[in-house]
Amino acid sequence: MQAALHVQDLRKAFGGLPAANGVSLSVAPGERRLIIGPNGAGKTTLFNLITGDLVPDSGSIRLFGEEVSRLATHRRVHKGLARTFQIITLFPKDSLEHNIVLSLLGLSKARWNAFASMRDSAALYGDAQRILAVVGLEHLAKRPVAELAYGEKRRVEIAMALAQKPRVLLLDEPLAGLSREERGSVRQLIGAIPREVTVVMIEHDMDTALDMAERITVLHYGCVIVEGNRAEVVADPKTREVYLGH
Amino acid sequence: MKKKVWIFVFLTILIFLPLISGEFFVNLASQVLIFAVFAASINLLLGYGGLATLGHASYLGVAAYCSALLSLKLGLAHWATAPLALAGTTAMAALFGLIALRASGLGFLMLTLALSQVLWGTAYRWVGLTDGDNGLRGLTRPAPFGINLDDARAFYWFTLAVCAVSIWLMARFVDSPFGAALKGARDQPRRMSALGYDVWLVRWITFVYAGFWGAVAGLLFVYYHKYIHPISLSLTNSAEGLLAVIAGGSGTLAGPIAGAAIVMVLKNYVSSYIERWNMLLGFVFVLIVVFMPEGVVPGAKRIYLRCRQRFTSRT
Amino acid sequence: MQFWAQTLNSLALGGLLFLLAAGFSLIFGLMRIANLTHGALFMVGAYLGATLLKVVPSLWLAALLSGVAVAAFGGLLERFILRKLGGNVLGQVLVTLGIAYILADLCLVVWGGDPIPIPTPPLLQQPLRVAGFMFPAYRLAVVVVALAAAIGLFFLIEKTRLGAMIRAGVDDMEMARAVGIPVSRLFTVVFCLGAGLAGAGGVIGGPILSAYPGLDADMLPLALIVVILGGVGSLVGAFAGSFITGFVYTFGVALFPQLAYVVLFLPMIVVIAFRPRGLFGKFPA
Repeated sequence: MQAALHVQDLRKAFGGLPAANGVSLSVAPGERRLIIGPNGAGKTTLFNLITGDLVPDSGSIRLFGEEVSRLATHRRVHKGLARTFQIITLFPKDSLEHNIVLSLLGLSKARWNAFASMRDSAALYGDAQRILAVVGLEHLAKRPVAELAYGEKRRVEIAMALAQKPRVLLLDEPLAGLSREERGSVRQLIGAIPREVTVVMIEHDMDTALDMAERITVLHYGCVIVEGNRAEVVADPKTREVYLGH
Repeated sequence: MKKKVWIFVFLTILIFLPLISGEFFVNLASQVLIFAVFAASINLLLGYGGLATLGHASYLGVAAYCSALLSLKLGLAHWATAPLALAGTTAMAALFGLIALRASGLGFLMLTLALSQVLWGTAYRWVGLTDGDNGLRGLTRPAPFGINLDDARAFYWFTLAVCAVSIWLMARFVDSPFGAALKGARDQPRRMSALGYDVWLVRWITFVYAGFWGAVAGLLFVYYHKYIHPISLSLTNSAEGLLAVIAGGSGTLAGPIAGAAIVMVLKNYVSSYIERWNMLLGFVFVLIVVFMPEGVVPGAKRIYLRCRQRFTSRT
Repeated sequence: MQFWAQTLNSLALGGLLFLLAAGFSLIFGLMRIANLTHGALFMVGAYLGATLLKVVPSLWLAALLSGVAVAAFGGLLERFILRKLGGNVLGQVLVTLGIAYILADLCLVVWGGDPIPIPTPPLLQQPLRVAGFMFPAYRLAVVVVALAAAIGLFFLIEKTRLGAMIRAGVDDMEMARAVGIPVSRLFTVVFCLGAGLAGAGGVIGGPILSAYPGLDADMLPLALIVVILGGVGSLVGAFAGSFITGFVYTFGVALFPQLAYVVLFLPMIVVIAFRPRGLFGKFPA
């Protein structure tokens, strides 16, 4: 069966420092994969290489069999890749609604229209309302994003990513900076992501994240140290060695 | 709704202006309108695109020179020189955009400045083509539908019509989905890429579009003055346009128009009293940047509110 | 002969451009400020030097004094205006542009509209005989001085503590702050250094260019082209960019006088098209 995301021997060095040192992994369609590792292990670098924000020194990245390592970021998005960011980068001065509409427009030909008014796209605004309803925030549609609580912003960000109807969704520390209740609602949201979407997640919060994952990849100094299901990874002595002192 | 009323009132005043003013004032108003188109085109890049440019005079100047040269050297009529000048200048904007957008932020600024300076220097040196420091004179105004635009009022109404259409099209541009993409790219370019937008292409198209409107301002400029000189390609000219945007506020379309009026009026009235226009320009830049960075219009409002607050808290 | 004369002219121009652009590149690389006042600083230096030469016997001394004066002015500019605009990138650009205009008009008021020639030092007025050819000695001297400045700067940047701090700041400003580098003072020092180089450069260039209104507008685009071509924040880049530009401009003017400006920016375009960071830049401008 063809992998949804297949990374082969990915390498990226900054100066002399290898951030990705021959990383290979393969994520099956519909799988929930967790990537963990201590600070500096190269997790976000790996994400940035997959999305195209960074250009690898060598190695290949395949999305459903298609080689994408030479494609620009926005092109990969059109191939079905979506991501969230560790630091939320929504548009704070714009309304919630506008943020979602931007997300929907990104994949639509209408984004090149330089003459019609934004208000003319009633269908888009309707879709935006529906997406906000899924995360229970439709009552805040017209409010600027800056007025939202952090947890709400995080849910909006994930909703925006899901609005792109991606085939592979990369979540970069979705639980970071959230209170316990907020973590609960984001977990629920992630848990409810349909099976058609393959989810790859970076997380630091072990207790929460280990539950959500089917397979786990442990990174250390840019290399894959351990890979397997939860039981295997927890039992492996290399995992404990890597986290000693953390 | 309220905005539409204001626009209607404003346009009506502008239309009836020549009937209640003398020729000097009508000519000044024409200059303000031309400068407003120029400033608005700069703001497409600065305010909406987040790209500060110091080379926009290139498009004004090149369009003006194209129109002048095509009519002087090839004897072409205005219905031919205008589209050719616009097309040529827009093509140049497309090329310059390819170069300047290899960088963003300060690098972009320096590239636009360097490119513009090259044109300026060439206009002075290529005497065979441009007659250098003498400039090109003996130009004419077009006569659309046979109307003689040498009359100040007729030219004003012509300019007003072109200006109104230009601003209207620019307004539609910034309110469109493409405009939303542009503003998004200004605020969070990485996020926009992650949403599927080709940020570079959005910026390049905006650059070309802004260049086109700069060219339109250039044609109006050369028709008004019936003369073109390399100084129109200078950094000073670009800087004055930028000043107009900053003075009026870069957050809206109305800002550059107000700013254009402020700068043009200052230039026309003050420069008759003060010899050192450049020094005044320099001081104005420094003062505005240091004391009213968000623009004269919003800045004055802020200072007024603060003074009023201080006054009421005392009594 | 013509070829060798032009070569020497290119080298001399390159040397002058280095004095101008090295400061600009350092200021841009460290402080992320595109100092549009730089051309005006060069011009003010030239005018000051011309006046100083009435009381001071040596051109080199005048250059030194002028450099110090311009450096002091630069320090004041940085400390009291630019620092207040930290983070406001466009604001800093506009302020430096505004100050450039003010300086240019001030020079007009003080020194008038006619170009002021700066006499060549008497010792260097005789042409030098090298390999059977006669060369203007002063241009050779300019090349030597520029090389000396380059070596001095290189030593400063690579071998001194100040230089280490500058390099750290150019590479990673946040980290530099975090390890306790006194960034504010460093900024002022570097700005003074850059301004001083430009001011002294104006005097040294005096016998070749003289001091005239518009010198600032002529030099600024050259500085920009050198820095974009050579790369930001790199002395080697400023060096390479200066001499490449010196050659291209001199031969360009000789071969295509009307298109000199176009020829001038061709290398910059070619380099930018393939390497946005320039030849030796630390980061893309």
